[in-house]
Amino acid sequence: MKAAIVLFPGTNREIDMKDALERAGAATEMVWHGDAEAPPCDLIVLPGGFSHGDYLRCGAMAAHSPVMRDVVARARAGAPVLGVCNGFQMLIETGLLPGALLRNAGLNFVCRDVHLRLENRRLPLTGALAEGDVIRVPVAHGDGNYFADDETLRRLEGEGRIVFRYVAGPDETEERANPNGSAAGVAGVVNDAGNVLGMMPHPEDATGPRQQSRDAAPLFDGLVEALS
Amino acid sequence: MSAEPAVTPNVVAEHGLTEDEYARILEIVGREPNITELGIFSAMWNEHCSYKSSRVWLKTLPTRAPWVICGPGENAGAVDIGDGQAAVFKMESHNHPSFIEPRQGAATGVGGIMRDVFTMGARPIATMNALRFGAPGHPRTRHLVAGVVGGVGSYGNCVGVPTVGGETTFHGSYDGNNLVNAMCVGLAPADRIFYAAAGVVGAPVVYVGSSTGRDGIHGASMASAGFDEDAGEKRPTVQVGDPFTEKLLLEACLELMATDSIIGIQDMGAAGLTCSSVEMADKGHAGIDLDLDATPRREEGMTAYELMLSESQERMLMAIRPEAEERARAIFEKWELDFAVVGRITDTGRLVVRKDGRVRADLPVKPLSDRAPVYERPWVETPPRAALAPGDAPAPVSTQDALATLMGSPDLCSRRWIWEQYDHLVMGRTAQRPGGDAAVVETPGVEGKGIAITTDCTPRYCEADPAMGGRQAVAEAFRNLTAVGARPLAATDCLNFGNPERPDIMGTFVGAIGGLGEACRALDMPIVSGNVSFYNETDGRAVQPTPTIGAIGLIDDLDFMARIGFGGEGQAIVVIGDTAGHLGASLYLREIAGREDGAPPPVDLGAERRNGDAVRGLIRRGDVAACHDVSDGGLLVALAEMALASGIGFSVDRPAGAPPAHAFWFGEDQARYVVAVDGDGAGVVRGARNAGVAATVLGAAGGDSLTVDGASPISLKTVRDRHESWLPAYMAGPGRATAEDRRWR
Repeated sequence: MKAAIVLFPGTNREIDMKDALERAGAATEMVWHGDAEAPPCDLIVLPGGFSHGDYLRCGAMAAHSPVMRDVVARARAGAPVLGVCNGFQMLIETGLLPGALLRNAGLNFVCRDVHLRLENRRLPLTGALAEGDVIRVPVAHGDGNYFADDETLRRLEGEGRIVFRYVAGPDETEERANPNGSAAGVAGVVNDAGNVLGMMPHPEDATGPRQQSRDAAPLFDGLVEALS
Repeated sequence: MSAEPAVTPNVVAEHGLTEDEYARILEIVGREPNITELGIFSAMWNEHCSYKSSRVWLKTLPTRAPWVICGPGENAGAVDIGDGQAAVFKMESHNHPSFIEPRQGAATGVGGIMRDVFTMGARPIATMNALRFGAPGHPRTRHLVAGVVGGVGSYGNCVGVPTVGGETTFHGSYDGNNLVNAMCVGLAPADRIFYAAAGVVGAPVVYVGSSTGRDGIHGASMASAGFDEDAGEKRPTVQVGDPFTEKLLLEACLELMATDSIIGIQDMGAAGLTCSSVEMADKGHAGIDLDLDATPRREEGMTAYELMLSESQERMLMAIRPEAEERARAIFEKWELDFAVVGRITDTGRLVVRKDGRVRADLPVKPLSDRAPVYERPWVETPPRAALAPGDAPAPVSTQDALATLMGSPDLCSRRWIWEQYDHLVMGRTAQRPGGDAAVVETPGVEGKGIAITTDCTPRYCEADPAMGGRQAVAEAFRNLTAVGARPLAATDCLNFGNPERPDIMGTFVGAIGGLGEACRALDMPIVSGNVSFYNETDGRAVQPTPTIGAIGLIDDLDFMARIGFGGEGQAIVVIGDTAGHLGASLYLREIAGREDGAPPPVDLGAERRNGDAVRGLIRRGDVAACHDVSDGGLLVALAEMALASGIGFSVDRPAGAPPAHAFWFGEDQARYVVAVDGDGAGVVRGARNAGVAATVLGAAGGDSLTVDGASPISLKTVRDRHESWLPAYMAGPGRATAEDRRWR
């Protein structure tokens, strides 16, 4: 399985993602945002960071990078695409995923562990996780407050497209479970075809032997197996 | 264009130069300098850049060890950490700007220290920060905390370097001068470290990064004077940070460094183009010609004076191999950064600056640095304070209540509100997060090897006894590194004091340097980089002497890294080191008795070494499940922190013959650690005693409450609530923007 990781000016979690994918047995290739197209691959990843400094709306400029025309076209044709954090913001800006990501409800950047429940049907992109599984992974963002109108939320819920939801971990209050005020506790959503997944938390930082959770290792292991 | 201002005695004084200093300039130049030349001298000779008040004392610090690759004098220090890798690190202050404009001041402090590290060819892998704020009740404190924390976070988060820890304390002496000390650690190939020296005549001098504006002109001069009530008027001298450009500059520089193109490189920090160009030429024993018309500018009509003194951020100066120019240009253009050849290295030994076809400055390079004034400022020794006997401090009504009060006090409560705003996980190698004794980052390229990082200083000790406080700062850094299982390697110092022209202040500086030096020698931790920040005073009130130490250590096998949380129910709790019950200058005395008197706890460097080596041995053999250094608040606070980190309570008893309860549990005696071990702890105690190290079993971990000397237990939840609530509640309070702040807008 080969994954292409797209680099934008200001991307900063590409190494975390590369490590997580390679630990799971994938081959990776970095792709510059200015390239006309991504190389042949089994998965396209838009990693975290502050593309173009996030000086405009987060992900808005990156969504118009040359390589993104190819990424969007391939996503529409069914190619698996994973966007994490800034990558999720880009997927929303391209229109591949619905909703918006607003400033965190607490107004501050937040970096800490959260608990995610895999809410719905299994997808290749959620790997070996099973419905109802709860994993501990970190978040690190200032604009992760998922918003969609009630009708969209109902539709996403009905179609099983809310993939990950923030839930309270052991000894954690409900209030602290949701780190950013996301509507309906949404942490990650998928497109209607099931091949484009966007999520704010960083599963890639919960896979390594020195990281304080390895809960997301099955996600990557299973994802690599499913796309091989 | 208007005529250049004349150089009058008034103008000389406004540049912070004394009559004697000006006379020396006349002698060096051999004529009256013009305004640009005067500006260059003032930038090179101010306190911030020239270290004129501190230089004679800094020379007394130990800087060498077999593992030191590069000591003070370059952009950062470098030490060999094996496997062909070097750790490159430095700490630097950004105090004055952070008081005037906390968010930008702190952000650019972080940016500056990162540039110092990647200028040496090292990729930054972690940052830390030591922050000192005024009393919580002071009207500006909340606003400053919010701004500084936001600024540190906004910069580090965007560049993508984890901010892995630090320290934050509050004291009224910082009401008018908060301190922001930022440290950065990077990793470079040990045989590819880059320096400033550019001695290849004819080599193009290249300017890369952001364009130059009028921001920060005289920033370094601002940091070389005290504040008065009109400090707000200095806001225009604060630079504005652009972390996105820094990230591009970092990637572009490292990409170019991987080729064989760079002769010398220097970041444009304090005093911008002036300092960087002089440094390059001086260290290369050469001259330099600069054509200011070629410098990228973001403002119209900038004069030579302004271009030479601007402190616009995210800029670098490099001398490159002539044949590498096109390769270098292509890399910087790919990263969408300015790239301009602005001069050449010459053999004239002179700095020649041209603009609009005219020579605007023509000065000899060597004397600009070599002949900078050096002062042996008069100083008086800080009068010693009487030691405080345990009986001199009142005992609390209840030990448990005193513990709860301390755990919820401003200097001991949880800093979660701060570090959750810092991305401490990006790069994926944070092996020990904020909240422990030291942060640990796994080294890229070598799995299972870790670098431990800490910053330490206890200003209330330094105020009570600068020499002992200086020793203690190093000793605590040594302990924090040891407590995670690391072998301490080296340190960087960030020395924050008041006005050095006052003999009492200079006395605290001299005392602190003496203490730092003794401890660094005794503990084999040379100082490899650092910075001095004087004039941290407002209306004559100086900050507590604050010689902050940043230090790094090496863990060769992360499987043997210790954490502070108890490892499980029933583990024996053992204190390593002697407890005499020193309460002088302690947090107990301040928070419970409302007093700040007394001598600080003595630091026995032999005991520090012995106890530290013993503890490191225990960790390396896998004999201990948890380890925590005992410092602020004493033994019981350390135990409570271990309980909070693990969610496991404890029951402990004061041994027979120990000092009175409040002195035993809250005394801040040095050279102590608490370890938790499986079993009854007898083996660890025996082993320690055989090595001449005191060790005593205090009790065992277990349950969900804390029991001390058989008194009624206090629940872990109560302690946690007190510990976690103070800072968020404080920051949610009113007055982030006070009337005073509004006046300053």
